[in-house]
Amino acid sequence: MKYAFFLGCTVPVRAQNYELSARRVAEKLGIELVDIPEFRCCGYPIKSVNFRGHLVMSAINLALAEKQGLNITTLCNACSVTMIEANEELKEHPEFLEEVNRELSKFGLEYKGTVNVKHFARVLYEDYGLDKLKEHITRPLEGYRFAAHYGCHFIRPSSVYAEFDDPQYPVSLDRLVEVTGAEAVDYPEKQLCCGGGILGIKEDVALALSNKKLGIVKEKNADGMISICPFCSIMYEGNQKKIEKIYEKEYGIPVLYYTQILGLAMGFSSEEMGLKLNRIKPRALMEAFSNG
Amino acid sequence: MAINVKDLDRDFKYQVMREPGGEYLSRCFACGTCTASCPVREIDERFNPRKIIRMTLLGMKKEVIESEFVWLCTACYMCQERCPQDVKITDLMNAIKNVAVKEGFIHPSYTAQVEALKNFSRLYEVGEFENKKRQKIGLPALDTETKKEFVQVIDDYVSGLLKGGEE
Ligand code: SF4
Ligand code: SF4
Repeated sequence: MKYAFFLGCTVPVRAQNYELSARRVAEKLGIELVDIPEFRCCGYPIKSVNFRGHLVMSAINLALAEKQGLNITTLCNACSVTMIEANEELKEHPEFLEEVNRELSKFGLEYKGTVNVKHFARVLYEDYGLDKLKEHITRPLEGYRFAAHYGCHFIRPSSVYAEFDDPQYPVSLDRLVEVTGAEAVDYPEKQLCCGGGILGIKEDVALALSNKKLGIVKEKNADGMISICPFCSIMYEGNQKKIEKIYEKEYGIPVLYYTQILGLAMGFSSEEMGLKLNRIKPRALMEAFSNG
Repeated sequence: MAINVKDLDRDFKYQVMREPGGEYLSRCFACGTCTASCPVREIDERFNPRKIIRMTLLGMKKEVIESEFVWLCTACYMCQERCPQDVKITDLMNAIKNVAVKEGFIHPSYTAQVEALKNFSRLYEVGEFENKKRQKIGLPALDTETKKEFVQVIDDYVSGLLKGGEE
């Protein structure tokens, strides 16, 4: 199993614990992640400004993977949906593909449309498979209870994800959490948006959205939230203290990347999974799985 | 909302419908499902997707493209999943933003993002400092070069829009 590893803009500077745990977990599972040095922004920020320009940006990355004959896997929901949708647009509209290739030819690139893009969590769920994943669990996280947060762009729009999971009542990430031996806590509004997309536009509304889900998760008394997107983590974890202050609440809810808890269950230490880089310290896990 | 017929722009809806994602605007029969599904609306009543669609159909161009509202959509796709008329509302909101930009109204947070992309080919710079930090925790250093491909795309598709209007 081999994929071009697409980091995007946010993961490599703001979610290094995610990247670290994903790389280590993949290696142990025998999933080869190939770094393509020329990969840059997926095009997501340009979509709101100019749709055609964002298609070209996506296509540059797609073309780079195609040149190496690789499919892409990503760690970020926004990167995933952007390149998956761009791929569809280029397939559905030959005139877009033509225009994109006119632009790409300026750099000696061409995109034929053969690359498939999948979020790494979906790779684990679908391509690798839960059964095979289970074989690697040497230290089940028994007794821990986690609330899975999918994030919008892992499951929506259903126009590109229909074969994968339900857009409003998803199950995939809950199953992935259960594989680690932990309990996946059921809670209302699982599909709710973190608000990250408008943090830079209207912070109070974005934080109000995050506050809503933090409140729901708090009531369920979970040991933490499980995220698979750097934006969602920035909202629930990076901004949690700010939210607590604004709304006069005490949450203290650790937010972990899925690959971090998977790694712990596979025998990695909390140090190896970068838990000390988490902003809200998952103290119980850090103590239980420390190597020191 | 008070409507002055003189101020309506009959071409506005066609302008939106010509943008990728705006094609299905006229299918809307104003049921309000989108508004009821919208998490942003739940927090800020002034943001109302159904109303934005009505205003667009009516030709209230100025009110739509100059307002902050169109930029408040988080692109969560809940409305799009539930719309009985398959209006593809999230894509439509994006099309409206694209029209607003063409008319010279871009939200400043996007101007900043375009700037960063032009400088670093990424939203955040990865330079020597970041790479040192990465290597210290066991991550590989990344290529720090600003890619001419990305500068070119921004020049070809975006820079002209930021200087003034088009169309
Ligand atoms: S849900 Fe669809 S049909 Fe109903 S008001 Fe919204 S866009 Fe129009
Ligand atoms: S996609 Fe935008 S308009 Fe639609 S429900 Fe989400 S925030 Fe509201």
